[in-house]
Parts: sequence; C-alpha cells; structure tokens
Amino acid sequence: MTALRARAPYAGLGLLMAVFAVFFVLPFAGLLERGLGDRGAWDAITSDTALDALVLSLWTSALSLVIAIVAGTPVAYWLAHARFRGKGAVEALIDLPIVLPPTIAGVALLTAFGRRGLLGTPLDEWFGVTLGFSTVAVIMAQLFVGAPFYVRAARAGFASVDAQYERVAHTLGASRLRAFARVVLPLSWPSLAAGAALCWARALGELGATLIFAGNLQGETQTMPLAILSAFERADGLTTAVALAILLLAVALVALAAFWLISSRNGAAP
Amino acid sequence: MSLRAIPAAAVATAALALAACGGSDEPRQTITVLAAASLTEAFGELAEAFEAANPDVDVRLAFAGSATLRTQVIEGAPADLFASASPDEVAALAAAGLVLEERPLAGNALVVVVAEDASDRIGGFADLAEPGLRLVLAAENVPAGRYARESLALAGADFAARVLANVRSNEANVRATLAKVELGEADAAIVYASDLAAADGVVAVAIPERFQVAAEYRIALLAESEAARAFLAFATSPEGAAVLARHGFEPVGVAP
Repeated sequence: MTALRARAPYAGLGLLMAVFAVFFVLPFAGLLERGLGDRGAWDAITSDTALDALVLSLWTSALSLVIAIVAGTPVAYWLAHARFRGKGAVEALIDLPIVLPPTIAGVALLTAFGRRGLLGTPLDEWFGVTLGFSTVAVIMAQLFVGAPFYVRAARAGFASVDAQYERVAHTLGASRLRAFARVVLPLSWPSLAAGAALCWARALGELGATLIFAGNLQGETQTMPLAILSAFERADGLTTAVALAILLLAVALVALAAFWLISSRNGAAP
Repeated sequence: MSLRAIPAAAVATAALALAACGGSDEPRQTITVLAAASLTEAFGELAEAFEAANPDVDVRLAFAGSATLRTQVIEGAPADLFASASPDEVAALAAAGLVLEERPLAGNALVVVVAEDASDRIGGFADLAEPGLRLVLAAENVPAGRYARESLALAGADFAARVLANVRSNEANVRATLAKVELGEADAAIVYASDLAAADGVVAVAIPERFQVAAEYRIALLAESEAARAFLAFATSPEGAAVLARHGFEPVGVAP
C-alpha cells in the first residue's frame, strides 16, 4: 500500500514525460511518413532549386560560423576576464539577438544596412554598394542571429578555466598566446564546440531575418529554409517542402554528430 | 483505432476541453475568413461592417498570400471562407472537395510602383527592362506574381526576359513585395492597383492598357453555417462591393 501510494506521483510524472516526448517525436514521424511515402520526394530533393539552396545554406552558414569564431573568441575571452563598469550592459547587448524574434532582427538589419539605413545610405551614395538582396546580406543575417550563441558559450567556457593554470603557464615561460592555445583552449573546448554547434545550427535555420533583409532568389539568397517556405506555397507544395525539410534535417544531424565527436575527442585529451 | 486516428482523437479531446472553458452568457458564433494579402484593409472594413450588422457573430480574419492560404486549407486549417486573388487557388480547393460554393468577388488591375529615389529612372512600363534595376515581384506561384509575369509576357518574350533578369527577390505575397519598394530596398515592383491605397512613399506608373491583366478575386464557402453564408452574401452584396470599390477594387465582371 505504502509503496503504491509513493509510486503514484511518479506514475503521473512518467505520463507527463511520455506526453512531452510524443510531442517532440510525432512531428518528425509525420515528416518521415509524408516524405518517404511519396515518390515525388526524391525528384524534389534532386531538383536544381533544392541543390542550389542546400549549397548556399551550407557555405553561408559555414562562413558565418568562421566569422563568429574569429571575431567572437577575443570578445568572449575579454568578457570572461575583464572587470569594468557596464560589463553587464555589454553582455546583455550581446545576448539581445538571442531573445529577439528573427523578423525584428531583419527589420533592425534593414534600418542599419538597408539602402536607406544608417550605414546603408552612405554605402549606397558614396560607393554604390547595396547589401540588400545579396548573399552578403544572407551571411549578415545568419551572423547576427547565430554569433551570440557562440560568444555566450565561449565566455562561459573561458570563465570556467581556473585563472591559476594560465598564471602557472606564464611563470613557466609560456607566452600569453601559447598559454591560451595550450592551456585555456583545451580546457574550454567542450563549451566552444557546443557554442559553435548552436551558432551554426541557428545560422542554418535562419529564415525571418533573411526574408526581410536579404530577399528570396534562387542561387543568390534562397537558403534551405526559404526554399522550404517557397515550396510550401506552391500547388504541389507540401511534397517538396517535406522532402527539403528531411534533407536539411539529415544534413544538420550529420553536422551536429560531427561537432559532438570533435568536442568529446579533443576535450578528453588536453 | 488506427495509429493515424490517435493524434486526431487527442486534438478532438483538447478542442472539447477548450470549448468547455470558453463559456459566456450569450451564444456567440465565430467564423474564420482567410483572405488574400491584398484584401487586408478591404476585408478589415468588411468584417467590421458585418459584425455591426450581426452582433452575435465574431469574424476572425487571417491574411496571407493566396497560395499560402490554399496550402494551409488543404492541410486542414479550419476556415469557413476563403477569399482568393485568383480562381486557381479556389479551383485547387474545389478539386480537393473542400469548396461548398464559390462566387466572383472583385476585380483588380496591375500597376508598377516605383521607389521615390528611383522615380527619375523609371518613368514608364518599358523602363523596367533597363539593365541594373533592382526589381521585386511576388513569387510565380502567388497570384500577384502570376499576373505580373503574364503582363510582362504580353509585352513580348524578349522584354519579359530582360525584366525578369532584373528581379532580385520573389516575395511570398503582394504586400511583402510592396514593402520592399516602400523601404527603398527595391527600385520597383508590380502590384495591384488596389495596393496603392495602402502604399507609402512610392510613385505609381501605369501599365499600358494592352499589357494589362485582369485579376479575378473569388470567395469560397468552405464550411456550412448560417453565419458563414451570411458573410458570403454580404461580401458579394452591393454593400460589400461598395466597400471593395472604396479600397480600389473593381466591380465583378468588368474588365479593367
């Protein structure tokens, strides 16, 4: 009796967890059921539109990630160690794009870099450079929504490394850069890899800001999420949309698996 | 119960639970009207007028490109009425057995909108082919995009090809297309004449009569109810036509 009574709340929790799990699994099951049961799906996956979109998505999101790492790592390291007034405000500013709906990010990018934007107007008038409707705009949108995830994770990773290790390395004659490469980097590697994976995934999935800031043109600005949305609007739409979604899902799974593999390997051997 | 029925049963249960929560003192009816993006202001006013005349009915409006709405309805979005910017989308729903009744709603013409800063470069329809312009169109599968491409084709295959080479983005609906010009991101676009009423900071350039394509709006009844039928009758009544005319639409059956 006592055992039964004690188990009742756990049974309730178990049910809640099961419903929760079904909620997450069912949409993927639906995608697969639609996609694999349809002959048009393969044609859709191998179409020019799909391939153009996939290629564009892969290289733009990879480039966004590289830029985020190159520019974001020093920022994250500095934020992890520096103490100054207004640091909280700087950190909040970096986190802002994470909580911002992507459509607002798109409008914000327009007001800054659009043809009539703060920087866009002089760029257009003095140099004849316009960013809107270009692949550069796609990368900017991805960087804007993705990079904060990397900087945030890297900052936490760097902060978790005991400053003493770095100091010891210095006293043993290591240069700052060498100490960073040999001591800090290996110890914070899992955080960096997790942040990079999130940044890349966010860039790959970017839709709202790209639609508003970069537009939608095959081979130029039409990334996979935009191609999926466009397919959804066609008459035969859902087959193509589902097929492209499965393709993107597969690519993302492979890439994420690679990320985790790299992070666990290198994390184990400092 | 088959595997496929389980989600349906879950949804039905949830819907019942929700319905049970929403008790009020008088029985109110809600009808959902899906309408083409170009109808945004016109149907807003139409719904207000209808609600004023039928105080026990709530009209829920959802606007998007007709193509998007069509796919949503086919995929089971609950809706009572569908107002499309083209007969094609209604035909697709009819083919899927989802249309109970359909009627012509209104007509519309096409117009070129030009961003103010580009108005010195684009003075006429022919200028759209000038190399280096930044144009946007609604996507080919969206009614506005289809009509625009038909209009370009009427002016010649070579002209159409040169204009399409200037297209920098294919937008999901006509209002997103218009917005790109309003923002100055694009130099020009082809939209509906009725969109001019909602446009800001753009210059209209007429499309010559011989290249005009008459847009044909239709409204379809998707679910049987007294309120939905009443809205269908109201939208296609002389009173409804007057509202639509105020927003730049043309009477049904009259070529632009």
